[in-house]
Amino acid sequence: MPEASEAEIMDHQHQGTTTARELPMARSMCWHCQSEVTGEYLCGQCVKVQPLSKDLDYFACFQLPRLLNIDEQQLEQTFYELSRTFHPDFYSTKDESEKAISLGNSAFLNAGYRTLKDPIQRAEYLIRLEAGAVKDIRSNPPADLFEEILELQETLETFRQLAPNGPSSDLEALRIKLQDEREHLEKRQAEMEASLQNKFKEWDQLQGCAPLPSQAREEKNTLLRDMQEILSNRTYVRNMVNDLLETTG
Amino acid sequence: MSRIVGIDLGTTNSLVAFMDQAGPHVIPGPDGQTKVPSIVGLTDNGLIVGDPAKAHLIRDPSRTIYSVKRFMGRGLDDVKDELQYFPYHLHEKNGVIRIEIGDKTYSPPQVSAMILKELKRRAEEYLKEDISKAVITVPAYFNDSQRQATKDAGLIAGLEVLRIINEPTAASLAYGLQNKTQGLIAIYDLGGGTFDISILKLKDGIFEVLATNGDTHLGGDDLDQRLVDVLVDDISQTQGVKVGEYPEWMQTVRLEAERVKVRLSDEIQTMAVIELPTGTYEKMWTRENMETLVMDLVERTLAPCRYALKDAGLTVSQIDEVILVGGSTRMPLVWRKVEELFGKKPHSELNPDEVVALGAAVQADILGGHTKDLLLLDVTPLSLGIETMGGVMSALIRRNTTIPTSAKEMFTTYVDGQTSVDIHILQGERELVKDNRSLARFQLKLPPLPAGVPRVEVNFLIDANGILHVTARDIRTGEAQSVQVKPSHGLTDDEVEVMIRDSFQFAAEDIKVRQVIEARNEANAIIVATEKALVRGTNLIHGKEAEGIRRILQQLGEVKEGDDHRLIRAKIAEVEKTTHHLAEVLMDATLKEALENKKLSDVIK
Ligand SMILES: Nc1ncnc2c1ncn2[C@@H]1O[C@H](COP(=O)(O)OP(=O)(O)O)[C@@H](O)[C@H]1O
Ligand SMILES: [Mg+2]
Repeated sequence: MPEASEAEIMDHQHQGTTTARELPMARSMCWHCQSEVTGEYLCGQCVKVQPLSKDLDYFACFQLPRLLNIDEQQLEQTFYELSRTFHPDFYSTKDESEKAISLGNSAFLNAGYRTLKDPIQRAEYLIRLEAGAVKDIRSNPPADLFEEILELQETLETFRQLAPNGPSSDLEALRIKLQDEREHLEKRQAEMEASLQNKFKEWDQLQGCAPLPSQAREEKNTLLRDMQEILSNRTYVRNMVNDLLETTG
Repeated sequence: MSRIVGIDLGTTNSLVAFMDQAGPHVIPGPDGQTKVPSIVGLTDNGLIVGDPAKAHLIRDPSRTIYSVKRFMGRGLDDVKDELQYFPYHLHEKNGVIRIEIGDKTYSPPQVSAMILKELKRRAEEYLKEDISKAVITVPAYFNDSQRQATKDAGLIAGLEVLRIINEPTAASLAYGLQNKTQGLIAIYDLGGGTFDISILKLKDGIFEVLATNGDTHLGGDDLDQRLVDVLVDDISQTQGVKVGEYPEWMQTVRLEAERVKVRLSDEIQTMAVIELPTGTYEKMWTRENMETLVMDLVERTLAPCRYALKDAGLTVSQIDEVILVGGSTRMPLVWRKVEELFGKKPHSELNPDEVVALGAAVQADILGGHTKDLLLLDVTPLSLGIETMGGVMSALIRRNTTIPTSAKEMFTTYVDGQTSVDIHILQGERELVKDNRSLARFQLKLPPLPAGVPRVEVNFLIDANGILHVTARDIRTGEAQSVQVKPSHGLTDDEVEVMIRDSFQFAAEDIKVRQVIEARNEANAIIVATEKALVRGTNLIHGKEAEGIRRILQQLGEVKEGDDHRLIRAKIAEVEKTTHHLAEVLMDATLKEALENKKLSDVIK
């Protein structure tokens, strides 16, 4: 997950129990007037903006269940609504503390929207969020894929060295070989995409079920592990395809 | 809350606008012109800005600064290719360009501040109130240093810059307010020195920027330069003079090249006429010639458009509207190329010169808490990262991320007892550090502990202005740690401090110049009026008296050329005193005349 930094995710990792319905505000007391704040973004007494909880995850922030197929319209609408609440533009006449809170909340909101909007980032985020239970998620590609990619990279390197010498039959043969390989990888990419979609559906169904404690958790962990594997393989394949596209056209 | 104005600080022209219940308005100067040419002239009597400075450009090019925006937030290396086109000398100090004028040097923010002050004064005169707060626009593709330099310029000019806003997004605000546009829009902004493309989604009063791209060194100036090069060649062939060796002539050629370019937007052909000391150069130019000359430059704007679309995850056909902004979009060639790319007719109902300033005024009104239904969600144009092992940049915040945004990074030590880590912050899209923009460096202090034990978290925050803020926190103690970030191409706080103080001194000089100009204008008016009166009164006063008046008038004529406004004023008073009798006599005569010309019945009635 390139966009949301590691540390940010760490901050939000330990609250595996947070559900979408839980109230997102950290403090039960207003930082300014010390009166009780119950889940609103603004203090009921002094109307000052409240900082978002450190324990808040993106799903909860956007009031979404932890599903992988989400209502994108609703996501956008919530984003716009919350932006109207938190954006620094609406705090430029306020005091420094309120400005700082608005800035922090907005930055969090923007990161959340960016992460949840993209299905892949959404899945990666969810996996990390749930990862408390799945410590042994592997992030190296499986041996066969690894081999294949290594070999391809060597061929690609040869091609790159030959290319500046101008057209030749060797170069042409290599180009055709690389293009074949690319098509093969692209097919594989499409398969991964499809199986990922299936896993997403499975996950969402599982979330919909009434929790059967032990069996459900087992199933959940397996799913998370599977998704993680596909996701990381997908990254390798995608990068390789991009490299091939760039070099051989 | 005092009024906040919106300022378009352009490469070529600058404008100031404000908003009231009726909407945003651009503030005109005394002559009714809304554009202030972004030109500063340093005369013996002080500073002149705008149109008077443009006239000064031909007389004294080495002391007239134009297109200073090209130098904002840059080092000498960044602009070395275009240096030959500027008549003034530049050097670099602490990563910041300095402009040499006579025995003084100025940083680009100082020169921009002079333009800002002129706009501030304009607004104050027009609105009859003090102005101390502003929203200033910058090209969307400006990096952190360029934005910071713009903010510094505001400070030096005595303005609190409440927001730095992107020019194309500002334009979208003006349009969105106008016709309640909804959907996906592309804003294509080609001005004098910069090119921007922004893709936005407009929905329910939210202006969400999806992607932006551009070229901060591509604009009308570059088109002019193409024509200048050809003209200089042609003049050397036909007249045997090397114009390039004479800065004054060069400026004359440059200004004519621009005029020819502008005329060719409306006409199919036009005559270039340049008065040179060696004779008059004349040559017919056609629009076709011009288009051939600049075709590749205009086409260079298309790749950024494609990149922006790609980053926004859109195809051209999904764009609902294409809006043109900036003076250079008046060229038919630009219209054609944009239409070809997007497959639909672009439009520009709002004056492309004014729309950015209008939008800045709208944003000012939002910040002032008056406009509540509009909200702009902008992005950072360039990826932000830090240098890692092997001279590679590791990106922390990707380009086109909605701002404000932040990224945290944990730092530790590799050697026992190590007490500091050097951090180099970069901006750009390339792999290697050397191909990206160096923004700043700082040294993170760490407690002397075994390797890997210290843990300091650094937070890189890009605020809603697109400006970076760095903070650090020791994870073990939970305590905040101060970081002294040293900008690679920016003024330090201390330097800005000094420049603010200096600018007060300029302000005193400015007032002096203004007083001289005003007194001189008055003297001119009095000389003309008195000469007329002398003609009319020839037979009414004594020859001696007339002679006395002429003598004192001549003295005023001499004094007014000096730069002491008190002397001029004193002479004016003297003229008034000396002509007192003449005025009376003329008055009586006029009255008598009036009566004589009337019938008795008129007078009695
Ligand atoms: N009718 C026109 N045809 C072609 N170029 C024009 C025309 N009018 C203005 N320009 C060019 O537009 C540029 C200035 O545009 P402007 O938007 O004011 O720039 P900036 O925002 O950089 O100050 C100049 O290069 C000027 O020559
Ligand atoms: Mg402009």
